[in-house]
Amino acid sequence: MEYLINTVLLALLAVTAGAIAYLRNLFAAVMLVGIYGLLTAAIFVILDAVDVAFTEAAVGAGISPILMLAALALTGREQTAPTSPSGAGIAIVLATGGALVWGTLDMPYFGDPLAPVHVHVAPRYLEGTLSEIGIPNAVTSVLASYRGYDTLGEVFVIFTAGIGAIVLLGNRRGD
Amino acid sequence: MRHHHVLHVVAKMTIPLILVFALYVQFHGDFGPGGGFQAGVIFAAGLILYGLVFGADRLRRAVPAGLAGTLAAAGVLLYAGVGVAGMLLGGAFLDYGVLLPDPMAGQHLGILLIEFGVGVTVAAVMVSLFYCFTA
Repeated sequence: MEYLINTVLLALLAVTAGAIAYLRNLFAAVMLVGIYGLLTAAIFVILDAVDVAFTEAAVGAGISPILMLAALALTGREQTAPTSPSGAGIAIVLATGGALVWGTLDMPYFGDPLAPVHVHVAPRYLEGTLSEIGIPNAVTSVLASYRGYDTLGEVFVIFTAGIGAIVLLGNRRGD
Repeated sequence: MRHHHVLHVVAKMTIPLILVFALYVQFHGDFGPGGGFQAGVIFAAGLILYGLVFGADRLRRAVPAGLAGTLAAAGVLLYAGVGVAGMLLGGAFLDYGVLLPDPMAGQHLGILLIEFGVGVTVAAVMVSLFYCFTA
């Protein structure tokens, strides 16, 4: 059953991605980006990663389509430049895609309990969470305490992105 | 969207719920799915929904662009400040155990504070981005 659901969701993801690339109407493409985010969130739920699913639903399906819509309000909702595929472009895309698929061949099998990510520091965090941090959600204890440096870095990234947008686009009102 | 009465009524009913849900996600992240990133985005989505339905001008009056920029920096400072506070109390940077006499209570306090810093920065940056795209 889970196999069937995964297959359907992944197929829908591929269809949505193809439609986003194909559509000229950017407004419809932004709506499909939201659907893409929701499908991804559903896949994360099936993988038991509810925190990530939550983030993906809020960011991928919620805020990024809104910000894209706001950008469309400035630029217009139709793609005007002709997009006839060029040979060089297709070659680059195929080469990059092929390299990515080739790279996945070296990755551990899906769900492999002996994958490096499961035998490195993860067991230490999961065993220590209740006795050292004392909160039930291990994701939060890893994110906020064990890997606090990384999360601080992420917050700096978001802050820097915001500052960059403000500097580039400016406060368009001058107040 | 000045004359869309249905939109206005529905937005007025849902925006408070969205903001309260964001606070729940923010402060319940220790016990269930959630945390500062999700809460900040949901809170900002509520504010941006207000801006979309009632006009960005009214949102700018409620949350001035300068305030959003200040809050974005304040959240990062709160996060890093908790780390420095741990150093001043004799621990390592971002070691929350030394914040309170009981190490586990210190961990709880530290996580609460840094998650709040994350939420404030994320929400403020999202609203600032919305301002960047709306004249």
